[in-house]
Order: sequence, then structure tokens, then C-alpha cells
Amino acid sequence: MTTMGLTKKILSGLLLVCGISMVAQANTGGPTWDKAPNRINDMGALQNGAKLFVNYCLNCHSAAFMRYTRLQDIGLTQDQIKSNLLLTDTKIGDTMKASIDPRQAKAWFGNTPPDLTVIARSRAGANGTGADYLYTYMRTFYRDDTKQTGWNNLVFPNVAMPHALWELQGERKAVFEAVTAHGQTTQQFKGWEQVTPGAMTPAQYDQAVGDLVNYLQWMGEPVQTTRQRVGLWVLIFLAGFTFITWRLNKAYWKDIK
Amino acid sequence: MAEFHEISPNAPVAEKALNWVDNRFPLSKLFKEHMSEYYAPKNFNVWYIFGSLSLLVLVIQIVTGIFLVMHYKPDAALAFGSVEYIMRDVPWGWLIRYMHSTGASAFFVMVYLHMFRGLMYGSYRKPRELVWLFGCGIFLALMAEAFMGYLLPWGQMSYWGAQVIVNLFSAIPFIGPDLALLIRGDFVVGDATLNRFFSFHVIAVPLVLLGLVVAHIIALHEVGSNNPDGVEIKATKDANGIPLDGVPFHPYYTVHDIFGVSVFLFVFSAIVFFAPEMGGYFLEYNNFIPADPFQTPLHIAPVWYFTPFYSMLRAVTTELMYVLMVCVVLGAGLAVLKVKMPALFKAIIVGGAVVVLAMMMSIDAKFWGVVAMGGGVVILFFLPWLDNSAVKSIRYRPDWHKYLYAVFVVDFLVLGYLGMLPPSVIGGRVSQVGTLFYFGFFLLMPWWSRLGAFKPVPSRVTFTAH
Repeated sequence: MTTMGLTKKILSGLLLVCGISMVAQANTGGPTWDKAPNRINDMGALQNGAKLFVNYCLNCHSAAFMRYTRLQDIGLTQDQIKSNLLLTDTKIGDTMKASIDPRQAKAWFGNTPPDLTVIARSRAGANGTGADYLYTYMRTFYRDDTKQTGWNNLVFPNVAMPHALWELQGERKAVFEAVTAHGQTTQQFKGWEQVTPGAMTPAQYDQAVGDLVNYLQWMGEPVQTTRQRVGLWVLIFLAGFTFITWRLNKAYWKDIK
Repeated sequence: MAEFHEISPNAPVAEKALNWVDNRFPLSKLFKEHMSEYYAPKNFNVWYIFGSLSLLVLVIQIVTGIFLVMHYKPDAALAFGSVEYIMRDVPWGWLIRYMHSTGASAFFVMVYLHMFRGLMYGSYRKPRELVWLFGCGIFLALMAEAFMGYLLPWGQMSYWGAQVIVNLFSAIPFIGPDLALLIRGDFVVGDATLNRFFSFHVIAVPLVLLGLVVAHIIALHEVGSNNPDGVEIKATKDANGIPLDGVPFHPYYTVHDIFGVSVFLFVFSAIVFFAPEMGGYFLEYNNFIPADPFQTPLHIAPVWYFTPFYSMLRAVTTELMYVLMVCVVLGAGLAVLKVKMPALFKAIIVGGAVVVLAMMMSIDAKFWGVVAMGGGVVILFFLPWLDNSAVKSIRYRPDWHKYLYAVFVVDFLVLGYLGMLPPSVIGGRVSQVGTLFYFGFFLLMPWWSRLGAFKPVPSRVTFTAH
């Protein structure tokens, strides 16, 4: 039938459109993101991530919607939080505020450092989760003398932030190669060149960034594991309820001929 | 006015209490008229669940909304933080918020399916035109409600989505810029906009919505429900005047709907508890960045339920205007040459076409894009008078009508998909064809809906016992 043929044509057109747009997205999305490890239920990893976050990120970035007390959810006691993570003048019920003055930060970096409470949720995209993005981002800083901070980044070119974890990772250079295709010359990333060693080996560094990123993922929605646990019981209840209402409906309708 | 009804002093307390109420308020009467003695066709299929489910989602939205308002702050400096406060510090606030955000999308899923049901079975045909009109009003109010609600979390998408859509109004000739200013309450989207959108979202639009829902149901219960066969069950009654193919709404459709509700709640809860962002479709990732008037996101797209109409907006370019002008000339020409009518009407059509052409040439395509976007919704109101087919239900229409409806669905989905993507050359072309098809489907319906070999409609509904 001709109309069937038409439907098929339209469906194949739809597939074509999807295919083209996916290629287009893959082309514009920048470098692919590495898959971040999932340690959202690993209390040790989350605690290590929290420590890294407080020591390295919280100097410039706030997490203005995150209260220190909430860290009890990842297994820390009030005393541990007070003695290890709190600055002298903050209270345990306070939210995580950066030590830097935002106006100074703007003057130094050209941008106010963004709040990090829900950063992992905001950075998700076609290339992966927000954790994947952050995991890649924190591992692709490189020395670039043409930049004011002396640093650049592969997934976030011309980033205003200098490499905050450089002491851990050491300084690296990115090796680019000029590639000519379709008459256009582009710089393609070829690999890394370690300039100075860091306090950690590359494997240790990946491990640490993995913990940090998982902490950020957790902080984006501290209730996420509770949510799924409650959800399981809700679905079990509703499955039973659906069975009962299905039988009830059957029982009533059996009289209708 | 009902007679005052005395009851035996020895009657049970509950019976006496009911009698006391019934003598003062038509409680039993209302229950009978709308539930236990409201006869609905017995051959409803799964498509008939979405009306009840839309009502359920409305209730979910109102109840969760009440609790959200207790903690939300409609203030540009506090709004984003107050939503995070609800998500973190308010006990079970996260659940209430996710129910509300998922409910918004669920509402549109239910309403789109409900409307498509009406389209398939001709539920808007005589005598149900007003049921359909009230329903279209609900759809329009729902769109306003969703649009204004989306600004409230005050994220980047909230802000820039509102900025883009409100700016569209400024494309209207003469009054546009002032109208946009009136809507925003400021020269850019700001605190004033947030406050008035909050007011509209929590009180003005919900009142309209509830009023329309009541009118929709009263009108429906006056004429009775249509059914998948498009057969009027009131045409065949038994000796007591009860439709032979009808069953009392209560208990038959109440138990039926409770079953439907539990299936719906299962799917709804699966999303709320396990995928509240729904891959960025229900909660857009960019909206977790607080609104920043100085930083325009690279790609601004409305939430999925608006994107088919957003595609129509983007499809209308200066190029497409020439195609549309040719359509106007052809339409007017065919009407004058082929349709039999007095010379005066023909003169009016020619005059009208000339005026429209002049406007199309003189006003920017951006304005006509806005017209297309609005027209895509408004055209639904005219459906009862556009459909000329000999039968109501798709079941008894020519087979090619079914395929045409299938293409229409695919077209709507493709437009929706393209509306989410950044503009592209191929996407733009496809959405132009899609937009022309969408409007062609409706505007040419008076002509094509009459064509083809219709099948005989049975006098009674087709029903197989469960």
C-alpha cells in the first residue's frame, strides 16, 4: 500500500534526522569524557572526597546550600567534622562558605568561582554524567604559558581556574599535532608530557579525583541513596496494590456481558 | 425543589444523617447523577484512562504545590536557594519537589494522550463540541501554568527560557514591545517577573484551570461519553430508559480507574524515585546553575512538552513566508473557483487574501513564527467544525485515514524532537515540512475527511466480556 510506503519513508527520515543530529552532537561536544568510577555507596571514598573538597576546593568555591552537619550522612561524627573539616569561626550547622571574598576572586580570576553544591548535577550532558565531566576536567589540566594563570584545560578550554590539585598531579604539558583534513588545519591532542612530578603517582591521582568527584556527586543530592531505598519499597507496595486492583476490576466486570 | 423527606425515627443513625443532609444539599442526587446512575459505554479501551489520570495529576500538582509554597521564596536572590533548601533541609521536601516536577511532565503526557484519544474516536463531534472546547481551554491554561512555573526555580533555563518566550511577544506589531514590558514588569526578566509569574502560577491560572475542569466534566456528563465505536449509547435504551450498552460509572469505572491509577502510580513512582531528572528531559541539567542575566547559555530549549510548538516557531523564516504566501493564494483561488457561494463571499475571500498577503509581506517573519506557534494550539479549538467525515470513530473510517493519523503523530514527535536541538540546516528544513504538514492536516481536513470508502457503523457497541 502506498500509504504504508509513505509511513516507512517518514520513519526512515526520522531515523536519518536522529542519526545526523547525533553525529552533530558528537562533533561539537569537545573531547569525550572519561567514565568516573561509581563510589556513591563507599563511605571511605566519600569521606576522602569530602576531605579533598574542604582542603582544595572550599578556599575559592562555596557549597552554599550544603550544611556541614549533613556530612554525618557519609559516616562522619560531629566531632570528626568539627575537628577536621570546620574552619575556626564556622559552626557545624552552617553551610559551606568559601574563605575567599567573592569580589577579590572576581578580580583575581576574572570570574566569581561558581558554587559547587549542585555542580555535578548541572554538568551532565550528551557525553556523560556530571561526575564523568568533572572526573575528566580535573584530570586534563596542563601548563599553558599563553594563559594568565599559566594553566589550560582540555574539556574546558581557556578556563579561568588554575589547576588547584597541581601539587598532587604535578605539572604536565599537552602535546598537540597539526592535522589537516578537508583543507582545514586543526590542533589535535596527542598525549601528555609530565614536566614536574606530583606528590601522587598518576594511578593515585586518578583514585583521589575519583573520590572527590563522587563526593561532589553525593553533595549534589545527599538524599539520593535514601531516595532509591524508599523507592524500592514504594514500588513493591504498588506492585501488590496493582495486583489487588487488577483482580478487583476483574471481579466486578465479570458480570458485564 | 425537592420535597422535604421525613424518615422513620427508628432508622439507623447514618441513614438519618444522610437524610438530614439530603433535605438540605443534593448529596445523594449528585452521587447518583454523576456516579452510580451515570451510564458510561461499556466498551471503553485503555485510551479512556487518561482523562481520570489527568485529574489525578492535577490533584497531585495542587497538593504538592501547596507544600512547596510553604518553603519556596519568590525572590530573585533567594528562589534558587529555597528550592535547594526544600531538596535538602525540609523533611521529605525532595519527594514533594520531585513529585511536582515529574507531575508537570506527567500532566502533559496524560493530556496529550487524552487529546489524541479524542482525535481518534471523534469525541469532539456533535454534541460534544463544548466538551472539546473546554478541554482545549484546559490545555491552553496548562501551558501557561507550566511556562510560569518553570521560571520559579530560577535556574539558567528558567531564566533564559522565559526571556526568549516573553521576547516573542515584542514581535507583535505596534503593541508588542509594551506588551512584553507588561508581562515582564521590567525591561529584562527579573524579580518583578518572578513575583508576577509566582502569583499567576499559584493562584490565577489554577483557578481558571479548576473552573474549566469542572465545566469540562459537567458538559461531558450532560451529553455522555463517546466510545471507541463512536456509537451513541443513548440511542438504544431498555424499558427503564437505561442505555443497553451503558454501565453505571460507579462501581464499574471506579474500580477500572483505580486499577489504571495503580499502574500509573507505579510508573510515576519509578520516575520520581529512580530517575527524577529523566535524563535531562524533566529537569534540565542547565537549570541546576542559578540564573545569570549576564551569561546566555549556548543552547536554550524549552522543556519537551513545548518543543513541537517551538519547532513551528523556528520553522517560519523569510523563506517559508514565500511558501505560505503561495498557500494563501492557492487557498483563496481554489475557494473562489471550486466552492459554490454568493459573489459577495467570493469578493470577501479575495479581499481577505489580499490583506493577509500585504501583512505577510510587510511584517517580519518572526511575528508569523509567533502566529504559527500560537496557531498550532488555537487550531485545535476548531476541530469539531473541520472534521467532515461521515463517521466519528477511526475504526470505521477508510484505512488511509489511519495512516494519515499515524503520519500526524510521527510529525508531531519529529517536531518535538527537533525543537529540543540547536538550530541546524537539515533540522530546519524538516521542521518546515513538518509545520506545513501539521497545519495542512487541520486546514485541509474539511476536504480530505470526507473522502474514501467509510465502513458501516454498527448500531450497538462492539464488546467482548472480560
